[in-house]
Amino acid sequence: MSTELTESQELKSTEINKYDFKTETTAVFKARKGIDAEIVNQISDIKNEPDWMRKFRLEALEIFESKPMPKWGGDIDLDFQDIFYYLKPTTDQGKSWDDVPEEIKDTFEKLGIPEAERKYLAGVKAQFESEVIYGSLKKDLSDQGVIFTDTDTAVREHPELLREYFGKVIPSADNKFAALNSAVWSGGSFIYVPPGVSIEFPLQAYFRINEENMGQFERTLIIVDEGAQVHYVEGCTAPMYTSESLHSAVVEVVVKKNARCRYTTIQNWANNIYNLVTKRAFAYQDGTMEWVDGNLGSKLTMKYPAVYMMEPGARGEILSIAFSSKGQHQDAGAKLVHCAPDTTGTIISKSISKNGGRSSYRGLAKVEKGAVNSKCSVVCDALILDDASRSDTYPYIEINEQDVSMGHEASVSRIGEEQLFYLMSRGLSEAEASTMIVNGFIEPLVKELPMEYAVEMNRLIQLQMEGSVG
Amino acid sequence: MSDVLKIVDLHVSIGDKEILRGVNLSMTEGETHALMGPNGSGKSTLGLAIMGHPNYNCTQGEILLNGENILELEPNERARAGIFMAFQRPVAIPGVKMADFLRHATTNVRNPERKEGEDLIPMREFRKEIKANMEQLQMDSEFARRYVNDGFSGGEMKRAEILQLAMLQPKFAILDETDSGLDADAVRLASQSINEIGHNKMGLLIITHHDKLLEHNPPNFTHVILGGRIVETGGKELAEELHAHGYDRIRKQYPEAAKVNDESEAEAEAVV
Ligand SMILES: Nc1ncnc2c1ncn2[C@@H]1O[C@H](COP(=O)(O)OP(=O)(O)OP(=O)(O)O)[C@@H](O)[C@H]1O
Ligand SMILES: [Mg+2]
Repeated sequence: MSTELTESQELKSTEINKYDFKTETTAVFKARKGIDAEIVNQISDIKNEPDWMRKFRLEALEIFESKPMPKWGGDIDLDFQDIFYYLKPTTDQGKSWDDVPEEIKDTFEKLGIPEAERKYLAGVKAQFESEVIYGSLKKDLSDQGVIFTDTDTAVREHPELLREYFGKVIPSADNKFAALNSAVWSGGSFIYVPPGVSIEFPLQAYFRINEENMGQFERTLIIVDEGAQVHYVEGCTAPMYTSESLHSAVVEVVVKKNARCRYTTIQNWANNIYNLVTKRAFAYQDGTMEWVDGNLGSKLTMKYPAVYMMEPGARGEILSIAFSSKGQHQDAGAKLVHCAPDTTGTIISKSISKNGGRSSYRGLAKVEKGAVNSKCSVVCDALILDDASRSDTYPYIEINEQDVSMGHEASVSRIGEEQLFYLMSRGLSEAEASTMIVNGFIEPLVKELPMEYAVEMNRLIQLQMEGSVG
Repeated sequence: MSDVLKIVDLHVSIGDKEILRGVNLSMTEGETHALMGPNGSGKSTLGLAIMGHPNYNCTQGEILLNGENILELEPNERARAGIFMAFQRPVAIPGVKMADFLRHATTNVRNPERKEGEDLIPMREFRKEIKANMEQLQMDSEFARRYVNDGFSGGEMKRAEILQLAMLQPKFAILDETDSGLDADAVRLASQSINEIGHNKMGLLIITHHDKLLEHNPPNFTHVILGGRIVETGGKELAEELHAHGYDRIRKQYPEAAKVNDESEAEAEAVV
């Protein structure tokens, strides 16, 4: 019906602390604090890994130790020896929620995961601290050869497939945090979609950090074979503590000829999490990779999802939203690398800073020699809600070819006094009006999300907006 | 008892420039008042000050709604108290859908005590109402899904303001050139709609440079503002005189005010 109107989502005040709760659990195994070869070996022992993986970890550890901290981005004030690198919360992964220990199951119930699974997901992985504690995949998909498992299981059950791609998109030496993840990784998703299989509903993973001073280092690898399609969604939360925790993931995606992958992140970390994540996709001939990245919360996020367009006709699209509030720095952005002719890349980035928050857009658009006729467009808009907040743009453009089209637009605006007045003159409170303006600002991105996630995104924004008022 | 909006000796400044220099005006529910005056005389300023625009400082005087001073109220509180202004230049709010915005607005104005996050009026009820109003204003149903004033044509913008007037049903409405930028048919439609929505019902303060709107909504009073002051008040024949002959007589009769008006116009031009 053409007259249909959209239902707006209102948040009840009781939901404000929805994510900030701690679960009392008894770990099956918790490694001591700190990182060294002994810890790395211990993780490998517990996982009963093949030699090659142990070697991979130990080599990565050396790289991690030899690399200096990045000099750009945000301030990282972390004592690597004061973090727990591995915590196994339960003995086995559940195939049904009834197999999951009660407290942990409650955690995910509160986060709404089982409900979402019943309603609209094709498969779910739930990770608590270091391990995936629950996994499911619709039977028709497994019958078609789709693999959706945690990465540890994949090391055991799909060794050839995994080894062919693992660490190939993001080598351990890529950056200090990729090396760290490579040394101590645990959990994460492994997805393989066979040629021509198109998965209609999203596959979702949910990452929860529960303990203080915990490090979560999931490792995700997605392979979308020729002509296949998948939409993967990840959500992340943690309760609020006084000292910092670290989330440092590595996500590698391979999009083959004519394939399509959309990777959506909606993270809402507590304000004491360092979120230092490396995400990169290789897209091959006429393949399409889309990153939709919603960054809320955390103390510092440094994340720049990348698409390397490796063969002609490949497309990369990155949509990112960052929201930073008091005590938060979102250093987020995107990277497009055109390695072949006729490739198309788009970056749309929107950031919102309020209450002393800081958002930086850091992006790279690069056209390699030979990538003729490629098109690249970058648009980044920042909205600043008050004088205490800050927004910066660091666009890097590198073009090594003549015949290309490159567009770059950036805008910074303050929340409009006239807009606020207009809405308030119609009876909206100041808080309601600013929330509406902010939601309007990100609407072009949110409308790209499936309904349920769009609702979630708007809720999270509303939470952030309310945080300042109350 | 009828509602009364009373403006007493109102002085308004923008920055350190005084725009209104002692305005007095009293309106009772059901009455229609025309507010006329040359460009830059302070008509919009008066409306915006009544609505509570943060940049318009009321340095002296009072605005009383049923005897209570509303100067300290936020614009949203004034709206909830029953005051409305259709703006001369409504601002665009990209990404915010008309329907979503109007549902919040309607809910708040109807339940003045509503707190943020409390229930909105039921979707069904709202949808029915907005649909009926949009049909009356000959607006496409798609319109509700567009972003507030974003890329609206001049006519669409004014029509959207009238739609809000119809939904919010205020006690007092200031209509600031709601007839400008419209073609002849649209002016007739707007004038008729305003008549149906508010004439002889709400207190209307109509700011206009044309005659059609007042023909359909004959004013009980006409006020002429010049140089930030109401210099003359009459009946509907005063509006007719000004439409027919312009402001020459007024300027001659009130040279002091005319001077102030010209000076501030010149200043405004210098700034541009
Ligand atoms: N935001 C502002 N900043 C500075 N001066 C302003 C501002 N708004 C209005 N003014 C000045 O105040 C005076 C009155 O303006 P106002 O908009 O009230 O006139 P008006 O009677 O509505 O005119 P018009 O018929 O052209 O709409 C003008 O000199 C104008 O330049
Ligand atoms: Mg005006």
